Amino acid sequence: MKLWKIFGGLKLKGNKSMSMKHATQDAPLPKILTLPLKQHIGYAAEPCVKVGDAVLKGQIIAEAKDYISTPIHAPSSGKIIAIEKHRIPHPSGISTDCIVLETDGKEQWLECKPNANYRQLEANEVRNIIRDAGIVGLGGAGFPSYIKLNTEQTNAIDTLILNGAECEPYITCDAMLMQEQSRKIIDGLNVMRHALHAKQCVIAVEDNKRAAHTLLVNALHEHEAEYIDIIQVPTLYPAGGEKQLIKMITGKEVPSNGLPLNIGVVCHNVATASAIADAVLEGKPLISRYVTVTGEGVDHPTNLNILFGTPFSDLVDLCKRNNKAEQFIMGGPMMGFEVSTDNIPVIKTSNCILVQAKETKTEFVMPCIRCGKCAEVCPAQLLPQQLYWYANAKNFDKVQDHNIYDCIECGCCSYVCPSHIPLVQYYRFAKTEIYALEQEKKKSDIARQRHEFRQFRLERKKAENEERKRQKRELLKKVNGDKASNDKSSAEDAKKSAIEAAMARVKAKRDSQSITPANTDNLTAQQKKSIAEADARRNKEQKES
Amino acid sequence: MLTTIIVIAALAIIFGLILGFAAIRFKVEGDPIVDKIDAILPQTQCGQCTYPGCRPYAEAISKGEADINQCPPGGEAVINELADLLGVDAKPLNEEHGEHAENKTVVYIDEQICIGCTLCIQACPVDAIVGAAKLMHTVVESECTGCDLCIPVCPVDCIYIRNVSETTSSWKWPSPETNKVNS
Repeated sequence: MKLWKIFGGLKLKGNKSMSMKHATQDAPLPKILTLPLKQHIGYAAEPCVKVGDAVLKGQIIAEAKDYISTPIHAPSSGKIIAIEKHRIPHPSGISTDCIVLETDGKEQWLECKPNANYRQLEANEVRNIIRDAGIVGLGGAGFPSYIKLNTEQTNAIDTLILNGAECEPYITCDAMLMQEQSRKIIDGLNVMRHALHAKQCVIAVEDNKRAAHTLLVNALHEHEAEYIDIIQVPTLYPAGGEKQLIKMITGKEVPSNGLPLNIGVVCHNVATASAIADAVLEGKPLISRYVTVTGEGVDHPTNLNILFGTPFSDLVDLCKRNNKAEQFIMGGPMMGFEVSTDNIPVIKTSNCILVQAKETKTEFVMPCIRCGKCAEVCPAQLLPQQLYWYANAKNFDKVQDHNIYDCIECGCCSYVCPSHIPLVQYYRFAKTEIYALEQEKKKSDIARQRHEFRQFRLERKKAENEERKRQKRELLKKVNGDKASNDKSSAEDAKKSAIEAAMARVKAKRDSQSITPANTDNLTAQQKKSIAEADARRNKEQKES
Repeated sequence: MLTTIIVIAALAIIFGLILGFAAIRFKVEGDPIVDKIDAILPQTQCGQCTYPGCRPYAEAISKGEADINQCPPGGEAVINELADLLGVDAKPLNEEHGEHAENKTVVYIDEQICIGCTLCIQACPVDAIVGAAKLMHTVVESECTGCDLCIPVCPVDCIYIRNVSETTSSWKWPSPETNKVNS
């Protein structure tokens, strides 16, 4: 198969062999599993269990309520002991909501529903199984996989690429997975192909992983799938970048602000394929993954099959922590980020835990000398120094004009910079800053709309009030006017006669009842006198009226 | 001579008609500069600029009645943008109107104390408080602009300011500038 060249890139020292000496083992079951509600790109899942609930292994404990979201499953059986904020693997060190599960050691599975004959299912049914199994891209980005298996029209996909390049130094989890689970990867690829109706499939492996390549080829022989190609790509960082790998294999470039889907290509990680095989063929959701624990801070670097929620510290201890273990990086040395503590759980996107001694800074950041080395290695063919210039000046419009969103943050530019400028940091800073500004803008637009609507509502209410008052006034005027137009004297006569009639009624009632006052015997002279006075006054008033 | 005068006069009339027609046909509704200024302002509707909302302030700026440095929530960024738009020099924020706070805030109502007087609902410029007379009120946090106009009107002082808590999606990478070693 013909390969195309990608621009830029670096040849880096792999440091991979040290973690590939031993076969992958299952890490021992920890007592406590901490499961962040957001382990993927998109919206956080919402808990559907309460504190105190007993859960089974594989049971959904948090549901996806949005399109770009996935559910979270219990990695083992046990009891929910808390839903609280906990540190998560994130560069900010911010705590977010997590479900804390106390394991009971029984590893009791929820009943699995395998779909061995998935070929009879519709593509959307397969996608739903994959979504409900909580599968996200396991290469590191963590985008919900079922969305990447959704094409609006069938036959839109020419090539489905499985990314087994794993170009970043130190990381070997995909390489080990390809060696140990090669059959499962091909099974998963077949499921994906069924969902996507892809014409052709390619598994790309870097040529420094001979064993993985051979084992995959052997596994493929059993399948007799002539539509699958397994190819070796040159070892070059960042050949494993999605856009770079697509360019290398198909010669097509993903448009700026576009998706691989736009050029008829879909790219998934090999570990995602293996997880999809588990989900569809065996009915098991995504609850564990291969993680590389490596670096000079551990004496026994290796790959482990780890349940999500297991704390980093357990794994570092398991791999024999030594006195150089000072700095923890999730991901590789190029694209990973430092986490401030090892008291954080493994999540779906944790592919590698790199344990190192703290870097002693011997190099100072010097001014940019415009040597242009960064532009030579940039695989996205951007102008790193211009981006740096504008990001530094916080001129974010210009940064966007120079296509900052095409930057994959591979770190090649920082690596080659003779002035040791942390270029990627500037791009990360600018990206989040631009995003925050956009969010603010959106929020202020909403506030403006709400304010304008309020003004409108108040005006309307005022106008309505005025209108109501005017109508009432008119009505009153009309009623009065009607009366005025009638015979005035007759109206007054009617009133008078009504009053007289009422008075007559009262009088008749009083007479008929012939009320005689009680206690009128044996009155004192004083009392008789006051009664006589009152009677006289009443009579006088009656006469006057 | 006469033909020239007639021709020039006729031309003048024709062009006059065209211009007159264009003035009616392509009439711009409202003042576009006010919209542009309004788009830059942060829309907190707090009134710290002494105008009853962001749009009246934008109108005042466009008429030259108000200066561009009267918006504390917008701070330096808004002043710079306004200066760019209007082609004037940027100046520091006028402290008479308040100080620019780096952290975004929202308010919340202590629902135990609230007596349901509806005064805060009437004060809120963006209808972000819900409730009814003699019933508890609450703030819709996502809509609150942090203008704090509801605080002084509350008769029982049950409205408090709270910082907007940072989440992983609102978190920003720090500028590397801060830990740079001077060469």
